[in-house]
Amino acid sequence: MYFPIAGEHYFRMDIEKYIASGILELYVAGELSEEENMEVFRNAQLYPKIKEEIQAIEASVLALSKTVTPNIARKKGFDDLKVRIGQRRDTTVVQLPRPKRNWSARIGWAAAVLLGAGLSWFFYENSRLQSEFDVIYKENTVLRQEIFEARSSLNSTEEIMNAFRDKDVIFTPLEGQEVAPSSYARVYWSKNEQKVYIDALGLPEPPEGKVYQVWSLTLNPLSPTSIGILDSFASDGDKIFELSNPNESQAFGITLEPEGGSDTPTMEQLYTLGQLEAS
Amino acid sequence: MELDGLVRRFQKKDIIAFEKLYGMYWDNICGVVYTIVKDRERAEEISQDVFAKAWNNSESYNPGKGRFFTWVLNIARNAAIDELRSKSYKNQKKNLSLNYFVDIADKQDISRISDHIGLKKLVKNLSRKCIELIELLYFKGYTQKEASEQLDIPLGTVKTRNRSCISQLRENITLEWT
Repeated sequence: MYFPIAGEHYFRMDIEKYIASGILELYVAGELSEEENMEVFRNAQLYPKIKEEIQAIEASVLALSKTVTPNIARKKGFDDLKVRIGQRRDTTVVQLPRPKRNWSARIGWAAAVLLGAGLSWFFYENSRLQSEFDVIYKENTVLRQEIFEARSSLNSTEEIMNAFRDKDVIFTPLEGQEVAPSSYARVYWSKNEQKVYIDALGLPEPPEGKVYQVWSLTLNPLSPTSIGILDSFASDGDKIFELSNPNESQAFGITLEPEGGSDTPTMEQLYTLGQLEAS
Repeated sequence: MELDGLVRRFQKKDIIAFEKLYGMYWDNICGVVYTIVKDRERAEEISQDVFAKAWNNSESYNPGKGRFFTWVLNIARNAAIDELRSKSYKNQKKNLSLNYFVDIADKQDISRISDHIGLKKLVKNLSRKCIELIELLYFKGYTQKEASEQLDIPLGTVKTRNRSCISQLRENITLEWT
């Protein structure tokens, strides 16, 4: 789903809808692309309500993850961590009795200090390279995932394009009916594959608790068969839905039904209807 | 606001700020790591490494690209999964996706986590699919696509479904706290 960057071309965005889409939950999970992350961040700065929602989502994940922390006496703690990151200051200095001058021992100590310095430089360098490597590895994983996602979205677009262009595909426009005269939809029916693609861009968003249901109709006698529901209509970006249709359809209709769909169409809520061209 | 300030100070290598952040998130990070590696000592060890890594790479955190917790969470998931992939676990790699923490609550493992009663209360009326989805997306770093395949639910419904699962979790938390 695409949301415009707030403030650029749109004066207002539908905050409730944005929140309901579930994008913020994925933001907290770290499952969004870099661009989407930036966009959520900007929106959170513009709209306090979005920021609060993000904080509440995060709080719930924090509460849950806290309960599964292992039951151990915390042996290590922050002091151990400070040692690991080289930040521990020695607070106690043990005073040793002054040794007699012993040159061989001094040279020994000097060598040890040099060796120690060399080693710590080596470890520092090693851990620096390791963390650099980790960052690059992570970036690489993110990129791979982005490519993968772009590719799968491209594949499905191609699939739809092919379906639309196929000469065996029957195209039927559905016209707006009494309850919604200005609405429309298009049906592309591939009889061989027993599939229909519904282009539902011309339908308004269904009210809360309602869904669109698609019907295959035979005329004389008029009998409707449900083909399916336009699932997650609001969050679907291109509003193209794929349903299977093994029926010998003569017409298609779309009605508004309570969530979950109905057994028979509610004719008072018939949004669009279209008959196949007689062949 | 306070969090933003702490994170900014942390990025400037302020050890006091870092200690606060460590205190705020240690249990969470260790919990996430534990659900993946399922070994208490290793979980603690890895969590320490995670925070060390966060400190050493503090400048690479960009608030515009996600929450601070999400950033640390990501480091933790990667570290825990790397651990599983290391030689000692190679043969059990498959187990990664099959053990859900929700099962912890039903097994003798129960005494190994610090707040099993809390866990049960938080997930009490969530469906199994919900708990698994939350675990995959938040604790195991699955992508939407991977989670949809693993749980056999349509990709297009992962986002809204996850929202409703998290909403239920939030309701339980509100009940718990009031």
